[in-house]
Amino acid sequence: MRVLNKKAISRRTFLKSGTVTALGLTIMGTMVVGKNNAWAASFKNISPEDGATLIQMARDIYPHDFLADKYYAKVVEGYEAQAGKDKAFKSMVAKELKKINSAAKSKYKSNYKDINRELERVDILKKNEKSPLFQKVRGDLVVGLYNNKEVWPKFGYEGESASKGGYLNRGFNDIDWL
Amino acid sequence: MPKFSKNDDSLVVIIGSGAGGGTLGHELAKRGVKCVILEAGGRHGPQDFQNDEWGSFGQISWLDQRTTSGKWRVARDFSGLPAWIVKAVGGSTIHWAGASLRFQKHEWKARTTYGNVKGANLLDWPIDHKEMAPWYAKAENEMGTTGTNGIPRLPGNNNYKVLAAGAKKMGYKEFHTGNMSINSQPRDGRGSCQQIGFCFQGCKSGAKWSTGYSSIPKGEATGKLECRSNSQVLRIEHDKSGKVNGVVYADKNGKIHKQKARVVCVAGNSIESPRLLLNSESSMYKNGMGNSSGHVGRNYMRHMTASTYAIFEKPVYFYRGTTMAGIIQDEAHNNTKRGFVGGYELETLALGLPFMAAFLDPGQWGREFSASMEGYDHMAGLWIVGEDMPQASNRVSLHKKLKDKYGMPIPNVHFTDHENDVKMRNHAWKQSIALYESVGATKTIKTPPYPSTHNLGTNRMSAKAKDGVVNKYGQTWDIKNLFVSDGSQFTTGAAENPTLTIVALAMRQAQYIAKQMSSKAI
Repeated sequence: MRVLNKKAISRRTFLKSGTVTALGLTIMGTMVVGKNNAWAASFKNISPEDGATLIQMARDIYPHDFLADKYYAKVVEGYEAQAGKDKAFKSMVAKELKKINSAAKSKYKSNYKDINRELERVDILKKNEKSPLFQKVRGDLVVGLYNNKEVWPKFGYEGESASKGGYLNRGFNDIDWL
Repeated sequence: MPKFSKNDDSLVVIIGSGAGGGTLGHELAKRGVKCVILEAGGRHGPQDFQNDEWGSFGQISWLDQRTTSGKWRVARDFSGLPAWIVKAVGGSTIHWAGASLRFQKHEWKARTTYGNVKGANLLDWPIDHKEMAPWYAKAENEMGTTGTNGIPRLPGNNNYKVLAAGAKKMGYKEFHTGNMSINSQPRDGRGSCQQIGFCFQGCKSGAKWSTGYSSIPKGEATGKLECRSNSQVLRIEHDKSGKVNGVVYADKNGKIHKQKARVVCVAGNSIESPRLLLNSESSMYKNGMGNSSGHVGRNYMRHMTASTYAIFEKPVYFYRGTTMAGIIQDEAHNNTKRGFVGGYELETLALGLPFMAAFLDPGQWGREFSASMEGYDHMAGLWIVGEDMPQASNRVSLHKKLKDKYGMPIPNVHFTDHENDVKMRNHAWKQSIALYESVGATKTIKTPPYPSTHNLGTNRMSAKAKDGVVNKYGQTWDIKNLFVSDGSQFTTGAAENPTLTIVALAMRQAQYIAKQMSSKAI
């Protein structure tokens, strides 16, 4: 059976300075930097704190431990651009995140993104899942995350096949364990 | 390729180029009848089909605004997308999976067989198994259906092998790789299946039969058929006597044209066809064209559907190869001991990762959902397709306020499951979960119905004018030169994928129309 290797090539990590969130995102000035410095996003219209919060929220909505933060951050970066053009959106994001953080503070004594336990963060999200911001992030992730061609190999999905002659000679019927 | 004048009033004008319209145009052209197909979408083919689910969705889907109502889950999760069908030359034969099944004998006589099912608006078809048998044979030959005409069945892919192993364990007897209108060997100028795995996105090898690149080019080659793409019909018009005499359509620049006609055939799929008839109201036809019975738009059926996905310890790669070449038919029979009337087919199905995320369990989030997605390459899957009960209240109607860019009211699609549909779905989930568990599934997922691909029944065929919209030839009871040529003619839905029956009916209708024209009856 033609089995795919789903393991990502690991990147070398190096030291960085700045405020590190509970889950390893670093906020430096207007930048939010990922765990291994493999990516960085700049936030101006949305505060860097809120940007990091949204990235954490995206992770908690569709958590895949083998996916780097950058795949989640990509969806959130779109919001930074949108907030620059759309005032109503910008204030909706700030308002909804404030609500989430105040719920987090009153129950877990910390901002949402700084809560260490996933179960507790999910508990906060669960109570806000009807909110327009949550629904937007969830809806956008369905396409933004799972339609990102870079993540497909990590799920064992090969994508386009016609240019390779389909699977006729590439394992369409090679199951060997039944 | 001919180009007919818009003032030519000797033409048969066919609205839509899918299984019904594309076939009808080809068959009429072969008989020397001049016809024009007006297709709302553009022309695409194997050269520009995309092995990319969302890319292809944007390229070929019918995305005009629609609304939904009723208790079906589609109205909650995909409120603007009641149906997943195609706007392109070839219609939904671009997107279809290729499954080509004949109705079972009893399914032509649902009212007689099932009796008076409470809340259902059942009716017998005015035609039967015997009458349709030669037309089915003709359709299978035209489409190159595997398992017929000496055409070998397709080889089974990994997803089929899991299904078949489970079927054996369950004691099922009737399972194989299907009757598929996908070439298992070169035939009719088209090559054989390359196991590409993107059947729903338009077949890039052309092995799958489609009116778009098979029937329509053949019709055009006769010199009698013109297929005018990017031509969206807005209204059908009639003369003082009440006979239809032309249609009004918009071209791709939004410019309005009128095409004269001797005969008009509506084949725009079961949402647009009734919408068009309702939008063609006039002082003579106040409730819409062909609607003296009040049945236009009613009895909307979509098949009882659902999916079951199962995750195994080891990989399957179910997306490799022909999507739907695998079927179990043991549950398709009418066996009321199961607690419902009618039956269902179990057919292999796989989605790519992007569509799996959208459809596996719409709206869900969190670790449970993500864990299922992480089992993607270890998944097997099947589609459940069974007979649903026609109900008068399930209907396509005109939206009271919203209009499209041409000022025509948009359609609303209202649907609620009948109790029989719910019982059948639960039975099918139970059986398919047992099937996958029998071969070692470690997790199974019940996936709800997708936006409808099998849209049926909204201009139904009846023996009496008061019970439906069209007679046994798809001719409207009210207007003798106005026909319905798509799945909206279906009196009842049967358990089988509908395309083969739509094609067979269109072939039969072509013979009738040609005869009626030559005898000057129309």
